[in-house]
Order: sequence, then C-alpha cells, then structure tokens
Amino acid sequence: MVTTEPAGSFDISNLSVSYGSEAALTGVSFYIEPRRVTALIGPSGCGKSTLLRCFNRMNDALDNVKVEGLIALNGSDINAKSVDSVSLRMYVGQVFQRPNPFPLSIYDNVAFGPRTQGIRKREQLDELVIDSLKKAALYDEVKNSLKKHAFELSGGQQQRLCIARALATKPGVLLMDEPCSALDPISTGMIESTVEQLKESVTIVIVTHNMQQASRISDTTAFLLRESIDEPAQLIEVTDTTTMFTQPSDQRTENYITGRFG
Amino acid sequence: MNTPAKTRTARTCDAAATLVITVLGWTAIFVLIAIAGFLVHSSLRALDEVGIWSMIAGSDWFPTSSNARFGFLPAQIGSAWVTIVALSTCVPVGVFAAIYLSEFASTRFREVAKAVIEFMATIPSVVFGLIGLSVLVPLIREHLPVDSGLIGLSAGLVVGIVCLPTIISISEDALRSVPRELRQGSFALGNTRWQTAYKVVLPAASSGVFAAVMLGLGRAIGETMVVLMLAGNAGIIPTSPLEAARTMTGTIAQETGEVVRGGLHFSVLFTLGLVLFVITFVINLIADLVLERSRKKWSR
Repeated sequence: MVTTEPAGSFDISNLSVSYGSEAALTGVSFYIEPRRVTALIGPSGCGKSTLLRCFNRMNDALDNVKVEGLIALNGSDINAKSVDSVSLRMYVGQVFQRPNPFPLSIYDNVAFGPRTQGIRKREQLDELVIDSLKKAALYDEVKNSLKKHAFELSGGQQQRLCIARALATKPGVLLMDEPCSALDPISTGMIESTVEQLKESVTIVIVTHNMQQASRISDTTAFLLRESIDEPAQLIEVTDTTTMFTQPSDQRTENYITGRFG
Repeated sequence: MNTPAKTRTARTCDAAATLVITVLGWTAIFVLIAIAGFLVHSSLRALDEVGIWSMIAGSDWFPTSSNARFGFLPAQIGSAWVTIVALSTCVPVGVFAAIYLSEFASTRFREVAKAVIEFMATIPSVVFGLIGLSVLVPLIREHLPVDSGLIGLSAGLVVGIVCLPTIISISEDALRSVPRELRQGSFALGNTRWQTAYKVVLPAASSGVFAAVMLGLGRAIGETMVVLMLAGNAGIIPTSPLEAARTMTGTIAQETGEVVRGGLHFSVLFTLGLVLFVITFVINLIADLVLERSRKKWSR
C-alpha cells in the first residue's frame, strides 16, 4: 500500500527572481497553508507563472534564471544543495496551461510517474492508476478503455488525465498553471469541482486569469502586480479570498478586481 | 457593364500563370513516369528472353561467357550486406547524435553542428570513397582476418558515414517538433533529461525517426561510387560482410560502358536498374507516408 504523503505548506520569505539582468519578481513573502487552495492572480506578465515555477524548481532548466530568498517546504529550504529536484518534483506535482498528455495509453500516462519512482508491481500500479483517475474525476469516463491512446480523449478529459498523472506520484502539493485556459466552460466546471475535492488531501496553488474562478475555488488569494515596465513585480496583497473580493485593503487590488486595468 | 481593360489583362495573366505552373508541376510527375516507362521498355528483351525469376532468384552472374547467366543474387545480397553494415553503424550514431543535438546541446552548438552536418551532405561521395581507400581499407586489412580490405564491411562503413547527415538532420527535426509542453510534463514528474529524452521525446518522435532511417536506407541502397571503390566487386555471392561484394548499383555502373547497346546484357542491366528503382521507390514512399502521419499528429 502506498500511503498518501501529508499535504505540504510553503513558507516564502523575501523571494526574488531575475532573468539575466532583468528582475522579474522581488520581495515576495507569504505563507501557503496546507490543504487549502491558494490562487495567484494578477495581470499578464506579473510573474505568477514565474513564482509558481519556483515551487518545483522548474526554473532550474532555464538558463540565466536567478532565484534569491527562501522557499521552505514543510520547514526545509527547497533550494538547498542537499535537495534533489527530481524528488522535489514528485512531491510537488504540476498541471500545465495546455493539456500535455504523453503519446501513450491512458494507463501508461498515469503510471508514468510511479514507474519513474521505481514501482513495477502490476497490482500496485493498477491501484495507483485507478485511484488517481478517480481523484481526478475521470475514472467513470475511461474505466473501460484504459488502453486507449490519450490523444483520443477530449481536451477537458486530457487535462483531467494530466491531473491524474500528477496525482499518481502521491504529491503533497499540486501546482496548476491556468489549467482551464484552453478548456470550455463545462470542462472548466469539472476541473473546478475536482480541485474542490482534491484539497482534502493536497495543497493546491493555482494561477488563474479568471477572477470568478479564483473567487469560486480558492481559500486564499495572492495578488501580484508589476507597476511599471522597468520595475520587477511585487506581491501587493495576500488574504483570504472572501476578504480579497469584498473589501481589499489595497487600492491597487480593488482597481484590478473591479476591472479598472489588467 | 464593361469590364475595364486593366482587369481583363489581369485575368489573362492569371490564366497564363496558372497554366504554366500546372504544366511545370505535372512535369515532375511525368519525368518519374517516363523513367519508369523507359526502364520497363528497355528491360522487355531481358524479361522475355531470360525471365524475371531466373534473374531475381538466379545465383550466377556470368554475363559475358558463351553460356551467359544473368542471376541478380550476388548483386542483391552484396547490396544487402553493404546496407546492413551501413545502417547498423549510422542508425545508432545518427539517432544518438540527433538526441544530443535536440535535447542536450546548447543552442549555439546546435546551430554550428547543423550547419556542419548539412555541409557534410553536400560532399560528393567519391571523396568519402577516397578517404575510405586511404584510411579504412589498410586498417581493416591489418586488424581483421581478411586478404584484402576491399570488402563489403569497408564499403558499408563508409556508406554509413555518407548516410549520417540524412539520418541526423531528419531525426533532429522530428525530435524538435515534439511540443515543449511534453518535456515540461515529464520534468514536472521528476524525470531527468535523459529519461525525458528516451521515455517521452523519442517515442513521440518515433515516426519521424523511422522515416529518417528509411530515407537513410534508400540512400544506402542507391549509393554507387563508394561501393564501386571499396566493396571489391567480386561476382560471387558473399556469405558475410568480410568478403568482397558487388552491389546492384556497382554492377550497373561498372558494366554499362562495356556492353553492346541494345544487346541482351544491356537489357539485363536495365532490369537490374528497374529492380533498384522499385526498391528505392517503395522505401521512399513508406518514409513519406510515415512522415506525413507524424506531421499530422502534432497539428491537432
């Protein structure tokens, strides 16, 4: 039996990211609670995705990216030398903007991560695959066709397959980078209710352009803004979602959520 | 209402241009059909007097003796050995080089390497043949239990080098056309670059890589100059790449100049050409179909 890892929490202090000589993000400090949905909102180019990529060190692969400050996952620094980015990414899963299933069967897509972890036993894989597909609310639609090629699924199904694939490594955190931006409203609704259920076991950080979506599904919202083109983006405000959308404390947040810019 | 003169001129020009383009487009297809037709026409005498099966399945090649025998097996098997040796060296080297260039190399190195590889494709194969003669043949004679270095193995190794640019550049294109999102998906699941390359990118690009191998195969079978210079050109059926071999292309190149035009031997050589034409045509067709399918796969 594979046990579910405990949900993760992030403590971010004074985080700055720069691409070459250009600072993208500066002075970000906040706490991401376990088993909650945290939404990152803000206009395009405000560093939401950059911030998200810091959480599983996907910035490592890009050249000339410099990350400063501290990101502590469950109390320990994820950028420490002793931390292996490969095992970090198994604990911090990610779902991308466009569905990106591998050119394999539905089953093999979900079993991909566990196989990387070295799980070879058939029964164990079966159990993980079924469990992950159920959590991603896809199982009922595909239970009779697990051998079908992933590309035969619809866009919304593919995205839920990608969620299942990320869940199969038993992550404690799930990062979602605008997971619904390429989907229709019905598929979006299904992903949102999936997120609702997932937060019982996993911490979720979701980047979204859609403020209705942020207000519907998140518990906490963080608003990022780049005030001018020459300055790096900053974290303007982070608070629980209801407060954010009813009585934001910062004028800039209010301007953004009431649609005055962005 | 009267059509203005300007519009009328434009229409005439358009019709003329359409006609010219159509004719030119069909010319390419016509030339191909004409070649096939010409090959068949010139082979008729041999097909009639010798018969297709006694050529394709005949094991003796004595075209000039009084009791002439026209079996293609020595040439076909010679071609097969050379091609097998060529592919078994250039496929692994080419595919790994392509993986390195597309997944690991820096952008700058990739640009330089691709330019060098494309330049390599333009070097006439006779140059490779010369280098093979002066470097590879003595090495093989020294280190392997053979009397002469002019054997199928030498020719195959050099043909493999000649095919490398084709395989590298087409495989690399196929690997690079795999969407970036797939790689990120794999990294996000904790896979290393190498795991991502062989578990995700290579399978996703498999049809393109397969097409590259097929085109390399077509190139290897059709290569003439290198085999003529290095394979030894004995008229017997080689039982291994360590024996001298003659290939289909080599036979045609060597003998066409010495035969009586319009004679039976002449016609037999055309039949050999026809067999070669059919083989390479089918290989290229398969490669094209597979390549077309892989293009469609990612344009969903």
